[in-house]
Amino acid sequence: MDINWFHADYLPWLILLFPLVSFLVIVLFTSKNTVLSQVVGLGGIGVSWALSMVLFVKTVWAADPALGERVYGSSLDWMSLGAYTFRMGVLVDPLTAYMLLMVPLACLMIFIYSVGYMRGDAHNSRFFAYISLFSGAMLVLVLADNLLLLFIGWELMGFCSYSLIGFWAHKKTAMEAGVKAFMTTRVADMLMLVGIGYLFLEARTLNFRDILYNEEMLHHLANTDAILFGGSVAGLVGVLLVIGTIGKSAQFPLHTWLPDAMEGPTPVSAMIHAAAMVSAGVYMVVRMFPLLSAGADFHHFDYSTPMVFMGLIGAITALGAAVLALGQNDIKRILAYSTISQLGYMVAALGIGAWVAAVFHLINHAFFKALLFMASGSVIHAMEHGEHHAAEHGHGHAEHEEPDGLVMDYVAPPNDIQRMGGLLHRLPVTAITMAIGGLSLAGFPLLTAGFWSKDEIIAEAWHGMTNDPFPLFVLLALVVAAFLTAFYTARMWLLTFWGQPRTPAAEYASLGTFRKQWVVWWNKRGWNKDVKLMQEPTTARDRLSFAQMETPLIILAFFAIFAGFIGTPVYHALHDFLAPTLLEEPLKIDFNVVPMLLSMALALGGLALGWWVYAMKPLRQGEVDPTEKALGPGVWQMLQNRLYIDNLYRRYLLRPVEWFSVNIVIQAIDKETIDGVLETIAEAFTWLGEAFKRFNTVVIDGVGDGLPRAVGDFGAWFRQVQSGRIQQYLLYVTLALLALGTLFLVQVR
Amino acid sequence: MVAAGLFSIGLYGVLARRNAIAILMSIELMLNAVNINLVAFWRYQAPLALNGQAFAAFVFVVAAAEAAVGLALIITIYRRRQSVIAEDVDLLKW
Repeated sequence: MDINWFHADYLPWLILLFPLVSFLVIVLFTSKNTVLSQVVGLGGIGVSWALSMVLFVKTVWAADPALGERVYGSSLDWMSLGAYTFRMGVLVDPLTAYMLLMVPLACLMIFIYSVGYMRGDAHNSRFFAYISLFSGAMLVLVLADNLLLLFIGWELMGFCSYSLIGFWAHKKTAMEAGVKAFMTTRVADMLMLVGIGYLFLEARTLNFRDILYNEEMLHHLANTDAILFGGSVAGLVGVLLVIGTIGKSAQFPLHTWLPDAMEGPTPVSAMIHAAAMVSAGVYMVVRMFPLLSAGADFHHFDYSTPMVFMGLIGAITALGAAVLALGQNDIKRILAYSTISQLGYMVAALGIGAWVAAVFHLINHAFFKALLFMASGSVIHAMEHGEHHAAEHGHGHAEHEEPDGLVMDYVAPPNDIQRMGGLLHRLPVTAITMAIGGLSLAGFPLLTAGFWSKDEIIAEAWHGMTNDPFPLFVLLALVVAAFLTAFYTARMWLLTFWGQPRTPAAEYASLGTFRKQWVVWWNKRGWNKDVKLMQEPTTARDRLSFAQMETPLIILAFFAIFAGFIGTPVYHALHDFLAPTLLEEPLKIDFNVVPMLLSMALALGGLALGWWVYAMKPLRQGEVDPTEKALGPGVWQMLQNRLYIDNLYRRYLLRPVEWFSVNIVIQAIDKETIDGVLETIAEAFTWLGEAFKRFNTVVIDGVGDGLPRAVGDFGAWFRQVQSGRIQQYLLYVTLALLALGTLFLVQVR
Repeated sequence: MVAAGLFSIGLYGVLARRNAIAILMSIELMLNAVNINLVAFWRYQAPLALNGQAFAAFVFVVAAAEAAVGLALIITIYRRRQSVIAEDVDLLKW
């Protein structure tokens, strides 16, 4: 069969193939050789990225404007079920193309970063194998043309997240975190699978084009009554699918796994929480949006059940996570809560019908969040380096006892922003790229990508707020969350990079020699002359790993700024590009200057407040964080302990299940019943065996031994006849003769 | 009758005497008794055939030879053990 693999119909197969193949190659062949594994891993994702750029060019610039109506794709016969054959394949429509702009690029950046970050780790090959599998799974999910293949990618990513979060398996906290992540998402996945199954039951197909682009199918699903809970099939399926996203994208109440997922290496956090896994959750509801909004006319403010569900959960999550992020001292946890909060934004946006805005924010968020996570990884690396040196030079202690198991308010010393400070001069590239990412996250007006996407969401919410309480609620939550986002971002950046180092570890923190050149230039300009820096030698290897870690940051920073310009109200190329994906034209509101000013004010206000609190008088060693002072110790403690939600789950869900499994399943069922039955059977057979043994010894051996003994005894007795005395022999002869003679005579007669 | 009586006396002697020479003598006695029997039967059954006489003569010769051998055996044993009691020669026992 002649397949032109470079035609857009077939190219997606190659895109998703390469990372999966590199996973297999690393696992099977190159796992002993770190460098080779890294090359294979990078090669896999690199080829994938190149091919996806080819595909992107084909679809965006070379294709016809009616891409939504006519899509690229190809499929295989997967399974025939009677008259109907279930097909699995790939699909490329505008949404997919837009995702393909982000996903392989972010993954490639993370791979390059990992080469530097994971240098020296003993399990490097395994790491690259897992992240290859992870990227492959994400690409499968993005390119899938039916819900089942998407779910396969979904579950594969769930497994990868478990193995990557628990990558350092010797750390008990990491293992617990991995299990927690997997279990929490599993709960959601169960319900999502029920939804998928029910959808298949009603729709007879899971293909996206057949369900979502099909007016009659949507109509049918929206008007058939569901078997449970009233409402329509579309509503029930929609709610179940949204539950899947709640787990995967860490929305309330299934958000508890994400902060603990910081136990994994930082590239993992970047990948899971920015580029891939949580994006997958949002991507799924974005993709299934026509189903979720079926039967409702949200242009006129009539929202369907799944939409209301999404809006409420998203808004609550966005606000709640932003509040929690205020109270964290661990740099990665702040970013984790910020991820949860931004995902809440996206889910809420979908809830009120702002489809394009949600997708836009998803892509932008992926860029700047990956950037932020990787920058924080550099900071942590530098701080660990610093701690090491500080211990060597005799300042401070290198020991810190780690808790045994997950403890809610424990912050590992290298991650603790209270111990940082003054890192701007020591890690300039990291500081600046993190500033760019942070500004994008906060939504700094006009320049950053984050602003445009956040503004669009707020604008859409504004548009609906006057007519319905639901958008109003969403708007209020998002507005407060935006303000808090800007504030905690400023807090994080300023506490990390500004002022003077608060601990010896921060004084000695460094990554490579670029700093020296920069500092020399900085000092020559006369800025901050009295900054004392500890000089230490760096090797070529350090410089290389520095370059490996910093380059992706710079590239992503570029995207964090410029990826936003395609979606402005003035130049709305994105909207025009994505709109044909949906059957029904997504909402396009008129430009209203009020929401834009509002979002500008929120971003600038939050950043200004952060500046005023943290930058005007930088925090010194030993001082209490102003936020902690403002909120008071009680609230602060509550925030540090994550509002005790994890403890709640532990006490009311985990403990009873553990009690049940230990006492009832293990003790009563397993040990007493099943083992009891087995032991009884074993005893019976043992008794039988003993009986056989006794039979053997007594009877069979008795006969077998007795006979020879009898014969021997007889022989011993009989041989006495041979006495050696002639006369006795002669006597016997005589007697025998007499006897025989008598017999003979008698016989004859 | 005479022959039977002689034979049984000889038999008793063989079985019951302690002295080896006495046993030999008893054996001779038995042989002679047998001879008497033979001759008697020849005389009264087939006096014309010569087989009977030849047979008797044969028996005489054998008896003489056997007596010689027996004596030689006893003398050897006597030389070894200084005694001629037959009961004591029981080396070929079990």
